[in-house]
Order: sequence, then structure tokens, then C-alpha cells
Amino acid sequence: MKQSLQQKLAILADAAKYDASCASSGTSRRDSRSGGIGSAGGTGICHAYTPDGRCISLLKILMTNFCIYDCAYCINRVSSQVERARFSPEEVVTLTLEFYRRNYIEGLFLSSGIIRSPDDTMADMVRIARMLRQDHGFKGYIHLKTIPEASRELIDEAGLYADRLSINIELPRDDSVRQLAPQKKPETIRGAMAGVRMSREASLDRSHTGKRAAKFAPAGQSTQMIVGADGANDRDILTTSSRLYTGYKLRRVYYSAFSPIPDASSALPLVKPPMMREHRLYQADWLMRFYGFEAGEIADVAPSGNLDLAIDPKLAWALVNRQDFPVDVNRASRDMLLRVPGFGTKTVDRIIAARRSGPVRYHDLLRIGALMNKAQPFVTLPDWHPGGLTDSDTLRARFAPAPEQMSLF
Amino acid sequence: MYRVTLPQLGFAAVWRDAARNLASHDVPPEDIEWLRGDGGGGLFDHEPLPEGDGPLKVVATKPLIDLLETVICHSDPESRALAYRALSRHQNDRGAIANPADPLTDKLHDMAKSVRRDIHKMHAFVRFRELEAEGERRSFAAWFEPTHWSVERGTPFFAKRFGDMDWLIATPQATAIFKDGALRFAPPPETRPDLPDDASEALWGTYFRNIFNPARVKISAMKSEMPVKYWKNLPETRLIPEMLADAEGRVERMRAAMPTDPPKRSAKILERLAAAPMPDMPDSLEEAGQAARACTRCHLCEAATQTVWGEGDPDARLMIVGEQPGDHEDLQGRPFVGPAGTLLREIMADAGVGPVWLTNAVKHFKFQPRGKRRMHQSPDRTEIEHCQWWLGLERRFIQPQLTVALGASAAYALTGNARPLTPRRGTIETARDGGPVLISWHPSYLLRLRDAAQAEDARGQLRADLSRAVAEAA
Repeated sequence: MKQSLQQKLAILADAAKYDASCASSGTSRRDSRSGGIGSAGGTGICHAYTPDGRCISLLKILMTNFCIYDCAYCINRVSSQVERARFSPEEVVTLTLEFYRRNYIEGLFLSSGIIRSPDDTMADMVRIARMLRQDHGFKGYIHLKTIPEASRELIDEAGLYADRLSINIELPRDDSVRQLAPQKKPETIRGAMAGVRMSREASLDRSHTGKRAAKFAPAGQSTQMIVGADGANDRDILTTSSRLYTGYKLRRVYYSAFSPIPDASSALPLVKPPMMREHRLYQADWLMRFYGFEAGEIADVAPSGNLDLAIDPKLAWALVNRQDFPVDVNRASRDMLLRVPGFGTKTVDRIIAARRSGPVRYHDLLRIGALMNKAQPFVTLPDWHPGGLTDSDTLRARFAPAPEQMSLF
Repeated sequence: MYRVTLPQLGFAAVWRDAARNLASHDVPPEDIEWLRGDGGGGLFDHEPLPEGDGPLKVVATKPLIDLLETVICHSDPESRALAYRALSRHQNDRGAIANPADPLTDKLHDMAKSVRRDIHKMHAFVRFRELEAEGERRSFAAWFEPTHWSVERGTPFFAKRFGDMDWLIATPQATAIFKDGALRFAPPPETRPDLPDDASEALWGTYFRNIFNPARVKISAMKSEMPVKYWKNLPETRLIPEMLADAEGRVERMRAAMPTDPPKRSAKILERLAAAPMPDMPDSLEEAGQAARACTRCHLCEAATQTVWGEGDPDARLMIVGEQPGDHEDLQGRPFVGPAGTLLREIMADAGVGPVWLTNAVKHFKFQPRGKRRMHQSPDRTEIEHCQWWLGLERRFIQPQLTVALGASAAYALTGNARPLTPRRGTIETARDGGPVLISWHPSYLLRLRDAAQAEDARGQLRADLSRAVAEAA
């Protein structure tokens, strides 16, 4: 029986929900005043939120959920009985534009199962992006999930139309990828990321005539890692992330708590998705990217190599590095202020700005937006000294929620 | 006492002109009453605004103007007065506005933030429905209820975004109308207009329902970003109760479901995809290179991008072995393409090196992430020993007359001798598998030398060693 557009959309949106990213920010600035439709380049806009707390910024769909690969964690693996569907390129283009015109979305995030071959699939995805850009003058955001096994030429063409390219690393450890995604090769995935990085850097160079090359994926590349489907600990995960950030200049690594899928493979446990762990990993990731922490500093706090689920990773780090505290807020360097629990990057910028107008006091910090109940033990101010609090044995207990009574039955 | 009455449309320009005028006359903030056109009369009698600019030249920075023009959109009746207070204070005290700890500055930033959020939510939550087109251009309309006076400041965004269609956004404060490429503002409609049904809304609902993951319900996160006050004008939100009601059941059913048998076609597809097994002992140089790509003999493959196999002329009589690929080599998958490689290739050209096979003792890049960079680390002996297998295969298939070892790691890999390099440089030793090995500097050593004369010497030595290697290999 022929599926309606409505039915296809239901199947292919359902299949796309396991990709965490929906970002639409940080691309080149452009709008429709010079023709076409759409704009991009400011901060991204989240047009709606579903009850899972995730934003809808892009129309996130699969081109098709037919797939010849057999990745155990994926609902679309070849061995799954899930209902299959396939959009025509024209259908994807129409849905994108009609949703866009009604201000439902910022653009398209297109992903796909692998049909026939990686190159065939990638070529179809590139065609959709090309139709949007060239035939319809679409200036909105396009994110293409790149197929790592596709040829370099296709990926390079994709970069000309897409704002962002992403290639999923899938799992934090190579042996897990080999085991759970037997048709994928970690070295191929990394090689494709390296290719995107090089093409992007080449596009930023000016030629000898001073002419800029064509823009290539101006919003950079990102990746996604599934958390909790294999035995990797948080140290493995953060180490992998820091290698990805340094090696391929990724904008983001997304962590996706493995969540039960319909028609699951017997190879994986169907537990509740480890949402708190995912949250802590994002916090740790932020510390690596914006706060000058190295992966090891954060992950080595506990001997298990896992992050403390009860308190945030910066606080956990500060609690085992109390010799560095308290910090004099009026004299400390930016790097050190960034390490104070309760101070975010904006707070630190404001403290530094406020210091120019005279000494900063306790109430100034509150006004500036510092979380003082967290920062108290770690800072000194003209009108505040933590005294013995910094080194007190019960300091962790102040922050960690009381342990829950275990259920007996 | 002065009174400024701001009109419903175009109030920002009126505020700006009045504020500049009053500040130029040094009128203190307490002497001004700011009203909105539709508000009632003030408590006090008032005098007309002074005519013409006063004696003071009013100054304001661009960011300050932007801040104040945002603040005056705030629905709090005090916002216009606070903005004027800040402008007036700025004439004597330039520093206060830059101090985040200053109470007035803090208050203004709070208000501006609230207005910016309101505008941002308008950009997010306006939902157009299509109207019947009158001409060539398609036509859309929406009803939206902003919290602040955000319409005039917030709607130019839509003009930039939806340039090729006509649209209208009606709100309780004003109506923004974009027709044939021009944006104008009109008084608000008396009541909320009835907009025709739009078939795309059903598709949008389908998308909203299916992109939701029932296993991750997080209602507070949704409500903090999509506050309930906006829900009545959002078509998708009426689906939320039914989605939530069903969520737990869906997850339970997923958990309870037994794994199903794979469809029949899957075995066939997977069989077709299965890679041919690698032979234990490669029969050719290409086969060895293929096998090396999947090497997991040591753990370096987990961090590096890819195996960097040797390249050059497989019939060469000369083989040059470096330490390991660096950052550039790792990304490109080719040996000696980074700074040290470029230097080596220069010196090779000077020395007249012809056909050659270039490779490394270790085929994966070893590094430590530090900040935003990957810092090179020398391979240890175990790693070099593991990689012996591949270097040995390369040597077996190339059969070089002479091999040049660049640096200590290559020298160790080829000869098994780990003694310091300096006294050995320029000498010929015997490889583990037989055959002569000429020991020389690694080009990265030349790059590391700070002293120019020393670097020049070392470069001369490397060049001489390579010239000698060419002669000996011939």
C-alpha cells in the first residue's frame, strides 16, 4: 500500500529522534533581502519544545529508514522489524519550505539510513540540499548527517550547501564500534572527520589573488556519541571527546543517553536512559571547552573514572583540589576565577569588568549572577572569608543531596 | 514638571528625541513624567518641553543607545524613566554603565534581557497560516501576544527572513504588515482575527508527536523554554497532554517486547556486506598496506585518525624511515607532509634523492590533547616493537639496498639498538633483518634547534648523509 506523506513523516521523524543535535546557530549571516527565502547566522531559534525537554529548531528527519547496516543500538538496523519508509527528494524539499514559511523551523537536519551504497545515499542527500539552495534560494539552516564511507568528493559537495556537517563517532571506544556496529570502521569515521576539517580549513584560506574560496560548512562539524550502550566509563568518553575536539576542530560533541528503542536488539540492555550521566558529561564537556580544564583533571577525580552524579564536575574537582582555594576574587586571574564553583564564564567576565570600578563585595557578586551558596567556601572577599569551611570534612555533604533510602522490596 | 506622552506606534523615536532634548537642558530625571498615549493623565500639571537643543551636548555610546532602546520596550511603566536616568547619569559618569555591579546598570540589563527574550520568543513562536494570495506573492498571517512593546523592534527580523512573501503579524499592541517588500505598522485589531485553517498544521502536529522521545520525559525543561503563557497560540501544544498520557505505556511496551526475528532480507544483505577476511601473511605490498589500515596491535590506533602507510616507488633501492606520522600526516593519511616532512623533501631534493620509499617506524600518530592542540609524544619501545611487523613487511617487499634511519626511534626500530643517536649519526649499522642502515637526524630535530648556526650544521649533515645514501644505494 502506498504511504501518505503524513505516514512517511510519522515514520521518518520517529526514526530521527535519537539524534540529539538540533543546533542552528553560528553559521554565516545571510537573509532573503537579496532574493530567495530565509535567513540564518544569528543565535539559533528553538521554535518548539517537546515534553522530553528537547528543542525543535530544525525539521529533523531521515531521508529513508531503510538501512543495510546492522548497528545494534539503532532502531533502523537491517535486522529490525520497524516499519520502513522513504521520502522522495521533492517531498523533503516541500516539507522543509512549507514548515519554514509558517515559522515552525529554522531549517533542515537531514540524516539517512544507508540504501544501496554509502555513495548512492550521500548523493541523494546532497541532491536535496542542492535543490533547496539552488532551485529555491533557501537561506535557512541545513545540517547534513554525513555518511563516513561516502567518497570525499560527495562530502566536499555537501559542505558547499550545508551549514553543518556531522559524522557520528557512535560509541566512545573503537572496540565497541567494531562489536556493535560491525559494518562501520572507527578509522573510516575519523578519516572522514579529518577530511571535513581539512576542506573547511582550505575554504578559509584566501588564494594568492586574495579571493576567498567558496564557503564550506560555515557552522563547522559535530558528532554524537551514545552513552550507556557499552562499558565505557566517563574517562573514556571525555578522553575521546578531547581527541575529537583537538583533532578535527569539532564545534560540539553530543552525548546521547542510550534509550530504549522499539524492536530492540537482544545485544543491549533496555534500561532507563542514564539522563543524569548525560547531563554531567555535558557539564564536563563545557569545562573542557570554555573553562580550561583537561579531560584528565575532571575524569580522574574519582578512581572509577566516572563523574560524580550527585554534584557537578567543577564542584567535584574543587573538593579534591582544596589546596588551591579559597581564591581572592579581587586579585585572582581569569583562569583561576573560571575554576571557582558557582562562577560561570559570564560571571567571570562581569567580575573582571566590575573590578575596574573598585573592589567587588559579596552583594556585588550576587547581583552579577554568581551562585554564592556554591562559591562561598571557595572565595575570599573584603567582606567574606570562608574560615574553616574550605577544609571542612562535611563540605561535600553541603552540596550533595541526602542519599535516598533504598527500597527494600 | 515635564510630561512626555509616547504614542502607540513609533514610540522609540519619540522617546529618543525627547530624552536627547531634555538631557541637553540638564533636566533631572525626577522632573519628567513618561506616559503612554493610551494611559490617563498625570498627577501633576506640566510645562511644555523646552524648545530646541539645550546648552549641553548629549553623548552616548552605541551599546548604551542600543541598551536604552531595548529597555524602553519593557512593559514596566518605569522603564522609560529608568532609561532616561541612565542617559542623564552618563553625561557626568561614563564608568557606571560599564560596571555590572552598579544597581541601575544591573536593573537596565535585567529589563533589556527580558525584552530580548520576549523578542526571541516572538521569533520562535509566531505561527503563520496561509491566506488566499491576492497576487503573485503568497500571503500569510499570524496572531501573537508579546509581553512587552516588542512589535516594532522585533518584526524587522521577519522582513529579512520572509522577503519573498507577504505577511502580517497582529498583536494586541500593533500590527506589523509586510507587503511587496515593505514593512509598516498599523494600530492593533479590535479583537483577535480569525485565521483560515492551514493544512500544513496537521503535518506539523505529526512531526511534533513523532520527534518526541517518550523515554526521556522532562516537562520542566519544556515549560521553562516554552512558557505556558504562549501555549494558547501554538497549534502543537494541544497535543502535549495525549503525548504525555501515552509516554510511559509506550516505554513499558518497548521494554516488554521480546526481540523479534530479523526480516528475511537482512541475512542476505549482511552477507553481501561482510568483508573478505584478511590473509595472515600478505602477499604483496598493497595487501600489506590494506591489512595495516585495520591494525590494532597496540592502542595507538584508538587515538590516531588512521594508519599512515609508506609511499613512494615500490622498486626503489633506497628507503627512508622516520619516527611516526605527525598532526598533518595523521589527518591526510600520508607520510612526511607536515613541517618536518616539507623540510625533509627540500633537503632530499638538494641531495639529489631519486626513487625512494618513505615510511615511518610507527604507523600511527601518538599525541596528548592539550588545550586546543595535539602535542606529539614519542612512541615507546613496545609501540615500536608492535609496529615492527609492518616495517618488516615493507622491507621484505621493497628490498632496499640501503635504509636511512631518521632519528632515534627509526634507528631503534631498524637496528634494535637504543643507544644515544649523536655518536652514531653518519655511521652505517646493520638492520635486524640484515642490510645496511645509515643513521641520521630526524628533520624535526633541525626544526627544534634554536641556534641558527647549529641548525645549519645539522641540515648540512642530513644533506650529506642523504647524498651518501644515494651513492651507496645505487
